[in-house]
Amino acid sequence: MPEAEIYAALEDIFRDVFMRDDIKLSPAMTAKDLEGWDSFKQIEIIISVESQYHIKFNTRELDSLQSVGDLVRVIASKV
Amino acid sequence: MYLHELPTYHARGNDDECQRVIIGNRCVHLLTADIHDGDPFTKYDGLEVRVTERSGLSPMSGLYWLPEVADWRRRLRALGESGADPWDEAVALANSRLDFVKTNALDRAVARIFSGKPPENLATKPIRLALLGSGTMAHLHPAIRVAGLRRGLWISTYENDYGQYWQELNDPSSELNAFAPTTILLALDAHHLAAGVGAHLNQAEVDRLFADLTERIGTCWHLARENFRCPVVHQTALPVHVALLGNNEHRLPGSRRTFVERANRELRVMADAEGVDILALDAHAAHDGLCAWHDSVLWHNGKQETSPAAAPVYGDLVGRVLAAKQGRSAKCLVLDLDNTVWGGVVGDDGLAALVLGQGSAAGEAFVAFQEYARDLSRRGVILAVCSKNDEANAIEPFEQHPEMVLRRPDIASFVANWNDKPANLRAIAEELNIGIDSLVFVDDNPFERNLVREELPMVAVPEVSEDPATYAQTLADAGYFEGVSITDEDRARTGQYQSNREREQLKASATDLDSYLRGLEMRLIWRRFDTVGLQRTVQLINKTNQFNLTTRRYSEDDVLALIDDPRAFGLQLRLTDRFGDNGIIGIVIGKMAGDHELLIDTWLMSCRVLGRQVEPTTLNLVADAGKRLGARCLVGEYLPTKKNGMVRDHYAKLGFTVTEVRPDSGSRSILDLATFVPAGTFIEVREG
Repeated sequence: MPEAEIYAALEDIFRDVFMRDDIKLSPAMTAKDLEGWDSFKQIEIIISVESQYHIKFNTRELDSLQSVGDLVRVIASKV
Repeated sequence: MYLHELPTYHARGNDDECQRVIIGNRCVHLLTADIHDGDPFTKYDGLEVRVTERSGLSPMSGLYWLPEVADWRRRLRALGESGADPWDEAVALANSRLDFVKTNALDRAVARIFSGKPPENLATKPIRLALLGSGTMAHLHPAIRVAGLRRGLWISTYENDYGQYWQELNDPSSELNAFAPTTILLALDAHHLAAGVGAHLNQAEVDRLFADLTERIGTCWHLARENFRCPVVHQTALPVHVALLGNNEHRLPGSRRTFVERANRELRVMADAEGVDILALDAHAAHDGLCAWHDSVLWHNGKQETSPAAAPVYGDLVGRVLAAKQGRSAKCLVLDLDNTVWGGVVGDDGLAALVLGQGSAAGEAFVAFQEYARDLSRRGVILAVCSKNDEANAIEPFEQHPEMVLRRPDIASFVANWNDKPANLRAIAEELNIGIDSLVFVDDNPFERNLVREELPMVAVPEVSEDPATYAQTLADAGYFEGVSITDEDRARTGQYQSNREREQLKASATDLDSYLRGLEMRLIWRRFDTVGLQRTVQLINKTNQFNLTTRRYSEDDVLALIDDPRAFGLQLRLTDRFGDNGIIGIVIGKMAGDHELLIDTWLMSCRVLGRQVEPTTLNLVADAGKRLGARCLVGEYLPTKKNGMVRDHYAKLGFTVTEVRPDSGSRSILDLATFVPAGTFIEVREG
């Protein structure tokens, strides 16, 4: 699946999780760049992604997630 | 060998395409190459596994019995801004198939709109629930609050500081004390329970640890009771520990898995003895598969023993137990007939062609569903029928078909005609004298389900699949009829509704009201509140909406406190007649206010005994009880709600003098006991 498609789908997920329509994602974006992106929101994002793509992150993959770009790369490797 | 058949979803791994399947409590990955096209059977570990997609039973699908609500996101964003009542709209949004993210979003929106406080004029008693536990539970609070919302309940939640439940229970200046819970949920996780247990221990060492554990938990229950005078719910632990020995795991003394199993078993016995209710996570994990409840990856990530994905179902389990404790579980199962109770359309196909009973799998599935419905009725759920049919056609199978499990006398209200179903459901609630919000309606037809949801959002309409084999499980999973105890009233309920029909017939044949009432041979049997009748008393106090002068809601412990109060009394009233026992039909609570005034704090009655002189007979009892406490007058209050308009003039009709009418039509009335003359009625009164 092309990464652009994943970014578009992720933006929808982020908009639902944060209840904001103005979120634009970029590869370098991290939790510091988005207000309210705490560990609780992180779980919501992970679970949404897992259920939308029917995938499961493993422990190492979860540990490796530092930025939006990391998340997209892990998704791309699984779908 | 046939094993289990619950695939959750397809997953594509890095290299090979594979399918994730749950077998027992384990997730396994089957290579798709092993699954032959069109062949539902495959091999795993030498065992034959059936691979099927079945809607409605997938353990990962959460609240699958609730419908998807179209436009959910738009409606959430408009919450509090559109013209609709924000509470009603939020309740509607909560009654849809919410996942973890939607649950949290709805919870945040509700907190924002109501500023964290229950809306005024809420008909139910707000609940303050303290979760006391050893692990991370923050991800479970929103789902608990939303599950309350789903049932029209406002729940505020509290969680102890990480790991500090014991300290907070023991410390009078703790935040737990400041929170003042109305219910405590003790949610100790399996890792905590099994702390110190290991394969190196012998049986005696394990037994010592076990005795310590049960004693500590018993002490927690007592502390919770004594310090907060509130009911306690104990959560059983998930079987998260991995087996060391295997099938004969129970032979390893130091097995954590066995230890937790034993604790779950033993604590149920202790809880029964102590009046503590159980939240049976272990039973749900056994049914759904542990994978649905516990995610070992996320456990290592955030110490959440209950997986966040399971939070919506977890919250719903808590919500249904709390609602049941308030007497707010559903009361009546309403069944469609054609293709719900039997296969086929009786009006078109005829009695002989119905798919029912032996001969086909579907026929047996319908019988099994009927058996489930009959068993529900034997534990107190009322059964009703709502079918689009000519009445004669609809009744015929109940009287003639040899394979029918349900028979005409099992059905308390039988409505078969060509009116629309919402109108008929209203008629059923009216005939049975129960709130329309206590109906659950099962219909195989999605059009009818949606019509009822549209017209009557307060009626629960499970999203059943097309397969009758799943109906019973769907009803059980949805937990509409959650019960915390079985009263004699529950067991006798269907018989009571049959007697009602016979009473109606007597009424039609009697020439005047007096001869009808005399002919009923009624007895009003009264008792002070006691622990035997406690469950039923609390049920009535929290469930009665219409004939209820003040709609004050009390918990079990409130009622227990009242029993000990020398300046108050509580009366439970039972009515019997020649057709049977109506059960407890009335509750009155009187409290002395000042030296000579008795305030009637609560007066509520079941609507099914209206028009039978129970009110004046009850007043005679209240006057006697008041005099015994030294009262010279009775004071009656009417506090109006949306539902209790029928009792606005209750006290005036009984000869009270209305002394105050407020703008909201609430009133206060007084009755001078010195000049009060007890009314004569056709009801014999006795204590018993």
